[in-house]
Amino acid sequence: MTLDRVIALFILLACLVYGYSALFIMDAQIAPFMARNPVWPSSFPKLLAIGGVVFALLVLVSPHKPKDDPDIDLSRWSDYNYGQAIGLLALMLAYAVLLLPLGFLASTFLFLILGSLILGERRWVTMILAAGIASLGIWYLVQEVLGIFLRPLPAMFGT
Amino acid sequence: MIEGILIGLSTAFTLTNILMVFGGCLIGTFIGMLPGLGPMSIIAIMIPVAITIGDPSAALILLAGVYYGAIFGGSTSSILINAPGVASTVASSFDGYPMARDGKAGKALTIAAIASFCGGTIGAILLMVFAPMLASVALLFHSAEYFALMVVGLSAIAAFAGTGNVAKAMLMTIAGLMLATVGTSALFNAPRFTAGMMELQSGIGFITLAMAMFALPEALYLVLDPARSKRSSGNSKITELRINREEARQIAPVIGRQSVQGFFIGVLPGAGATIASFLGYAVERNIASAEDQKQFGKGSVKGLAAPESANNAASTGSFVPLLTLGIPGSGTTAILLGALLALNVTPGPRLMVDQPEIFWSVIISMYLGNLVLLVLNLPLIPYIAKILSVPRNFLIPFILFFTLMGAYIGQNNSTELLLLVAFGIMATILKFADFPLPPLLIGFILGGMLEDNFARSMQLYDGASFIYQRPMTLLLLILAAGLIVFPVLRNWRALSRQRRGVSTPD
Repeated sequence: MTLDRVIALFILLACLVYGYSALFIMDAQIAPFMARNPVWPSSFPKLLAIGGVVFALLVLVSPHKPKDDPDIDLSRWSDYNYGQAIGLLALMLAYAVLLLPLGFLASTFLFLILGSLILGERRWVTMILAAGIASLGIWYLVQEVLGIFLRPLPAMFGT
Repeated sequence: MIEGILIGLSTAFTLTNILMVFGGCLIGTFIGMLPGLGPMSIIAIMIPVAITIGDPSAALILLAGVYYGAIFGGSTSSILINAPGVASTVASSFDGYPMARDGKAGKALTIAAIASFCGGTIGAILLMVFAPMLASVALLFHSAEYFALMVVGLSAIAAFAGTGNVAKAMLMTIAGLMLATVGTSALFNAPRFTAGMMELQSGIGFITLAMAMFALPEALYLVLDPARSKRSSGNSKITELRINREEARQIAPVIGRQSVQGFFIGVLPGAGATIASFLGYAVERNIASAEDQKQFGKGSVKGLAAPESANNAASTGSFVPLLTLGIPGSGTTAILLGALLALNVTPGPRLMVDQPEIFWSVIISMYLGNLVLLVLNLPLIPYIAKILSVPRNFLIPFILFFTLMGAYIGQNNSTELLLLVAFGIMATILKFADFPLPPLLIGFILGGMLEDNFARSMQLYDGASFIYQRPMTLLLLILAAGLIVFPVLRNWRALSRQRRGVSTPD
């Protein structure tokens, strides 16, 4: 089974779950005064679930056409740097979790340094300079110029 | 109309707004040159900045500047290093890159700048003439027709999305519409599909989804496949900046034709700058003399001027459905629509009546943006190439950081960052399987309005009878069905014939 059919199958399952929750869970909870209305919060989702199932089935059964000039060169998939990509994604997750406890400055500085480290960069001076200037500069721009609050220091030092 | 132009002029020609145009063009050009950051991602990055400005005219002027800058920046990287960061500049690299290889990079960039300028300016003039006409027609529309029109728009986008597989594009559109239903329903304010999470009650952030669909997969793919960024080691010696009279005479009619053609293609929802640039290239190639035809693909000035003027004119044209009907025709205008809604401006037929200063200042800022772009970029061309040498090891962490930043600033909530990563991974897998991502985002953005109009018509007609009681609605819905059914059937027949080993007649 090709990748696009696997994805279509997943979307089909997601549509079924979505449709089930619209049809049974949401309709069971509907308040009596809403029930007299010709349109419910679940009406539009029901239509979407039907459409989703139809088109997912269409993708599943329609003949697969390989593209002549794909944007993505999948033939070299075994040469891909999966380690680096997964490392960067893990780093993004860590940033999401640590942004509030560590504060903006420290987490951004670490993110930029570790990011280039994962990609194989070893020029420490340049890395520290670039990350330092960027994290300070962006914090200044966002909080002081644009006025959007970003906690600069770790949470233990107060806001 | 004169009155409107005057309103626009007085709004656009304030010191702040002129600075906005300059800043926007500069930022757009420089970020647009970085591979993987097209106008869509750049505008998404700039939205938090634009929203904090508060004044919708100034914010729109900034974003229009960024948009034009980004388109020009994208052409720069496709001409200099044959690395089109955006689909709409792919055609520019056909002849632009051979010119750059011959040491005529300066001339190629100059032609690109002038063709873009003319395309954008002619586009803006046509926009001024046609938008009010379209808007007056649009005032006849009711909620039922709006619902049907949006269905037509979404089907057209899916049908012309480019990858050729309509079922896939429709599936993506529906996935986007489904994501739009997460949160609180407009009807009775009932929470829906939140899986019990507080953070999801306000819905999924639009910037989060935009970043996850465009910037993140491109950056991840740059990491996965180093060859994609290593293609960029050309020698960029820049000589011969000027165009001679002979070349000017050659490209002038091309620019004129393609600006008009590009504009009208841009007006159609779903077609947009990419199709306009390819079509422009194809048309000019076909009508050129046999001698000139041989030059195409080897560094023809006509072959560069055609897609450049067409794609800028089409980008301007795509503002027509956005500003007059509130329907974005492309991914970029979809993002702009999101920005407009965040600024409390509802594009649509009422915009010209209720907030004429916004409508006209956008048009005037388009002229201004084009002019500034030309003035700014012609002297900068020799230096522009330098930015491309930012090492990938620094570039990628910065792109990733900007996506995180955009999502966080938009919602101020770190759950959004986790959503960003999750959607980004999904988008990367979808991209690998050749599912088009713009329809998903367009569906997501239109979802709310589509459902509102649907619910309103259902309530007005006490059921779904509006579908057959309003002939216009019925007609539009039939059109939408046709847009989907015919390509699907045609694809299916052609492919199953191929599979049985029978050659197709065409």
